[in-house]
Amino acid sequence: MKGKKSISRAKWGYIFLIPFFLTYFIFSFIPLVDTIRNSFFEYYRSGLKIVGPNFVGLKNYAEVMGPDFLQYVGNTFILWIIGFIPQIVVALILAAWFTDARLKIHGLQFFKVVIYLPNLIMASAFAMLFFALFSNNGPINNILIDCGIIKDHIDFFGSVVGSRSIVGVMNFLMWFGNTSIMLMAAMMGVSQDVFEAAALDGCTPTQTFFRITLPLIRPILAYTLITSLIGGLQMFDVPQILTNGQGNPNRSVYSLIMWLNNFLRAPDYGRAGALSVYLFIISGILCFFVYKMMNDDDPDGSKKAAKKARKAGRRAA
Amino acid sequence: MEKGSKALKIRSIIAHVVLVILSFMCLFFFYILLINATRSHAELQRGFSIIPSTHFIENFMNVANDGTFPMIRGVFNSIIVSGGSAALCIYFSALTAYALYVYDFKLKKVAFTFIMAILVMPTQVTALGFLRLITNMGLYDSLIPLIIPSIASPAVFYFMYSYLQSSLPLSLVEAARIDGSGEFRTFNTIVLPIMKPALAVQAIFTFVGSWNNYFVPALVLETKSKFTVPILIATLRGADYMNMDMGKVYMMIAVAIVPIIIVYLVLSKSIIAGITLGGVKE
Repeated sequence: MKGKKSISRAKWGYIFLIPFFLTYFIFSFIPLVDTIRNSFFEYYRSGLKIVGPNFVGLKNYAEVMGPDFLQYVGNTFILWIIGFIPQIVVALILAAWFTDARLKIHGLQFFKVVIYLPNLIMASAFAMLFFALFSNNGPINNILIDCGIIKDHIDFFGSVVGSRSIVGVMNFLMWFGNTSIMLMAAMMGVSQDVFEAAALDGCTPTQTFFRITLPLIRPILAYTLITSLIGGLQMFDVPQILTNGQGNPNRSVYSLIMWLNNFLRAPDYGRAGALSVYLFIISGILCFFVYKMMNDDDPDGSKKAAKKARKAGRRAA
Repeated sequence: MEKGSKALKIRSIIAHVVLVILSFMCLFFFYILLINATRSHAELQRGFSIIPSTHFIENFMNVANDGTFPMIRGVFNSIIVSGGSAALCIYFSALTAYALYVYDFKLKKVAFTFIMAILVMPTQVTALGFLRLITNMGLYDSLIPLIIPSIASPAVFYFMYSYLQSSLPLSLVEAARIDGSGEFRTFNTIVLPIMKPALAVQAIFTFVGSWNNYFVPALVLETKSKFTVPILIATLRGADYMNMDMGKVYMMIAVAIVPIIIVYLVLSKSIIAGITLGGVKE
């Protein structure tokens, strides 16, 4: 019934798609083409003088890909990983606890609401708050001194470790609740029979976690990893506000998007374009993985893994 | 058995302790923020206190009357941008999802594949072209380019599409057609009401996302009276911070954060349920 009737209405399908694709074409596709085009031109402001646009081929690409690029890629990666590792570990543990009925977690809804809260907070305001709290005369230093833990003020933003740790802590706080809830949903999707069978067979909680839960939720772990990487690549608000766009000390918290932001403001369209194209390529690869995961019936062999896990669960007896 | 239940009890206690610590970490910073927003500059200079003071209204009036950081104006601008984005985004995402779910046409598969391919593409990579485009269109330093592009939101589309799959019986659309309802009217009067829960959840997420957005608005807006809240916060960071009234600084941060927290606490149940709905294929 559906096929015959809807063929005659095909034009409505196209009409309803117009707003989305027209908007995408104007505000994303044209800008993308223009960005790529600009990457081949020398076009920047030097003092009051505008240089260009002159076609320079791949010169911008070569210039952007220097030691600075590697340093900022490194920074972005470090800032991401020091937030991501504790985030995924804590999220896995919390998700396992939340889904374990035998633990009888009291106030489950309350905990979920609280741990998700930081995810909705304006990152720039959150960064400004942390800047105020961790400044030399801020509350954190005052509390630590009052409690006798330290004798003198700690200059958090003066040290590489301090600045990076604060960015890491903030990223952890903003994202562990979200990840916990995602992983929890994934674990709840696993049939309870599997867990019951494992429990009956005398599986310890640790065994259940590593041999059954983890393999079964592997696709969602992979999805979390990739989307978090894409988020990490876009890291901007927190380091930008914390360091007032400078990324100091020693440019140790200067992220790739902060660099792009500075090119755009200089303005240096050529290099901004080349950097954007590099970022576009990296994002494109990551997008491809996400696409595969969303469309594959058996993403990275999870069904196979599920079978294996069930066997492992039985064997664990 | 005895040993097993004892181990379980210990694990349960550990779980609760860890959860309390993590919750404390999440709430502690906001607690300090709220306390400090009630204290005067002089009190803040004297050190930390866990007890709120009496300068809440005074700090708030200082923020409201400050011409250098037009915070009230900023909140107003942010509400326009976020509200506009949320409304356009959910309506057109639902329409796009409906088009790809209900109709059969030649390019259907291509269109769907395309949207899925750009699902998580960062907007920053096209920021250069975007900035140049809107400058050429005469929309630089205007709120419009912050609102219109939200019509094309692949992630929201995907959420709506999943929702339609689970809750719109095609027979309902057929029944409407037999009753003589036009295609557009069917969508507006029959399908949209069915999608209400999905629309509500995504309206909240889009609103919050837009409210918090800093990168693009900071590039597009130039006039102070058009600034949205995140840009004002960034300006505050760039200002002569050490000589500022700290009570006012905390109050400004509170103005940026607290409205969202209140909305969240009121709607937390549906928000938390909504996080997982469209995010992951299960």
